[in-house]
Amino acid sequence: MTLRAHLRVTRDRFDLDLDLTIGRGEVVALLGPNGAGKTTTLRTLAGLLPLTDGHVRVGDRVWDEQPGTFLPAARRPIGVVFQDHLLFAHLSALDNVAFGLRARGTRRAEARTAARGWLERVGLLDLAHVKPRALSGGQAQRVALARALATGPQLLLLDEPLAALDAGTRLQVRAELGRHLREFDGHTLIVTHDPLDAMVLADRLVILERGRVVQRGTPADVARHPRTGYVADLVGLNLYRGTARGSTVDLDTGGTLTVVEPAAGPVHVAFPPTAVSLHPAPPGGSPRNTWRVTVTGVEQHARTTRVRLDGAPPVLADITTATLAELRLGPGDPLWAAVKATEIRTYPA
Amino acid sequence: MNRVRRRAVGGRLPVVLVLPALVGLAFLLVPLAGLLVRTPWGAVPGQLVRAEVGQALRLSLVCASLATVICLLLGVPLAWLLARSDLPGRGVLRALVTVPLVLPPVVGGVALLFVLGRRGLVGQYLDAWFGISLPFTTAGVVLAEAFVAMPFLVVSVEGALRAADPRYEEAAATLGASRWLIFRRVTLPTIAPGVVAGTVLCWARALGEFGATITFAGNFPGRTTTMPLAVYLALETDPDAAVVLSVVLLLVSVAVLVGLRDRWIGGAP
Repeated sequence: MTLRAHLRVTRDRFDLDLDLTIGRGEVVALLGPNGAGKTTTLRTLAGLLPLTDGHVRVGDRVWDEQPGTFLPAARRPIGVVFQDHLLFAHLSALDNVAFGLRARGTRRAEARTAARGWLERVGLLDLAHVKPRALSGGQAQRVALARALATGPQLLLLDEPLAALDAGTRLQVRAELGRHLREFDGHTLIVTHDPLDAMVLADRLVILERGRVVQRGTPADVARHPRTGYVADLVGLNLYRGTARGSTVDLDTGGTLTVVEPAAGPVHVAFPPTAVSLHPAPPGGSPRNTWRVTVTGVEQHARTTRVRLDGAPPVLADITTATLAELRLGPGDPLWAAVKATEIRTYPA
Repeated sequence: MNRVRRRAVGGRLPVVLVLPALVGLAFLLVPLAGLLVRTPWGAVPGQLVRAEVGQALRLSLVCASLATVICLLLGVPLAWLLARSDLPGRGVLRALVTVPLVLPPVVGGVALLFVLGRRGLVGQYLDAWFGISLPFTTAGVVLAEAFVAMPFLVVSVEGALRAADPRYEEAAATLGASRWLIFRRVTLPTIAPGVVAGTVLCWARALGEFGATITFAGNFPGRTTTMPLAVYLALETDPDAAVVLSVVLLLVSVAVLVGLRDRWIGGAP
């Protein structure tokens, strides 16, 4: 059962035209700048906004087909996690999670038992009777996720799920969210403007600019072959999975990086291409992470030149035109890449 | 920086504002104080046990409360319709709803009489088909009070609805809730303070209602003579009684307002 949608929404001065397919168990991230149509997309899938034209189908069930069919939000098997959570302030965390089941006709006692189970899964059972006002940002996010999942939706929609959180909480919540998404067997769409959230959480990226898709593909694909300057800036990120042992991380792609923040177990490590410097010979001085690479491609973008390099690990580097001229890069050239440990960020996976 | 500026502003209270404010305060409070000063306190217990006074007070409380219930049952849905639906001509409707707010109550009473009177547009059928006649009855008092007081509730609840974030209602919809369930479980609890404030205003307005009541329901002790009517009549024959009745009305209103405030609004400033 696959979600297939052709979304067309036309309003004054805005026009969305998007083909979207989400497989079962697949997580798709919709990335784009403000005003690209991300939220509009989410609202059409949720049934909060009818399409101007096009269709939304899940399996052989039609949710929206203009003109004619429109299944309103209340009748779609969906779960939505809103940006600022929108937990009902007058209900306890437990009753918030039980709300969807109650609304769909489950008896109170049964709904509460199920809700308790969900709160336990997100690790908040001891806060079941607390009102949302007393929850931290991260806790509220987990309650919102439990509330969205409690009804057993076919489609899970997340609108900037981590945007309302402070940086510290964000890392932990992101890792947890990733775990829940992997367990969820329906279709998931994450709307975000944060490339890191998208790349860590999603199987596939769809990048939207001014209502049109500019690129789609797996996070690795999109990162390696950005098609526009915007995408290059957006997903220009060296991101690896690895296993941390204190301040060294063994990467799944091969190679080892030294990081500043000690960690243990599976982690993501990330640094921007601008943090990578390239040298014709092993560099001396402070950089502790240096490794051999070979050039596989050079792309000219608006302000910088992006160099694709193979090695352990493979890496993207942004260099200035001056450096480009100095190094006289060509495919196959051997070089040394260097990254300062302070430029590398680690996230629990 | 904010704090510094606020202190500088707080330093000099402008006379242009303070003077009229104090005059306004005096204007509102002096008559009440005068009433209390003029009250023959010794006569109060005697007046209170008088049958007519007890009757008028009971009638006032019952009618104002019934009128408020009617206003709640009809006014809250009306406010919802004005605030949340995409009804065409909503702006016009909203303006029409506030007409009784600015209409002199006597005019309201006359209008009710012409519509619900025995020969009225609707009244003739009520009389012919059901044998119901509303003017000059206790039910007429309730109707007159509800007519005058409902706009207060509608305006207050509609304001609360428009201030409430409709995205919570959308969130409830994505959880499978019907519009009626959303209204009951999400909207109503959110706007509860606005509803309470509107109810209090509405009740107070109904309790003090005079013009529409005397026009539509007349003045029959025990049936339609509410406290304001009793005060007005007493003023002509027995000014002391009028003062006592006024003070009683004042105390009852204040007591109810204070009670509701503590209970519902949690003593908010």
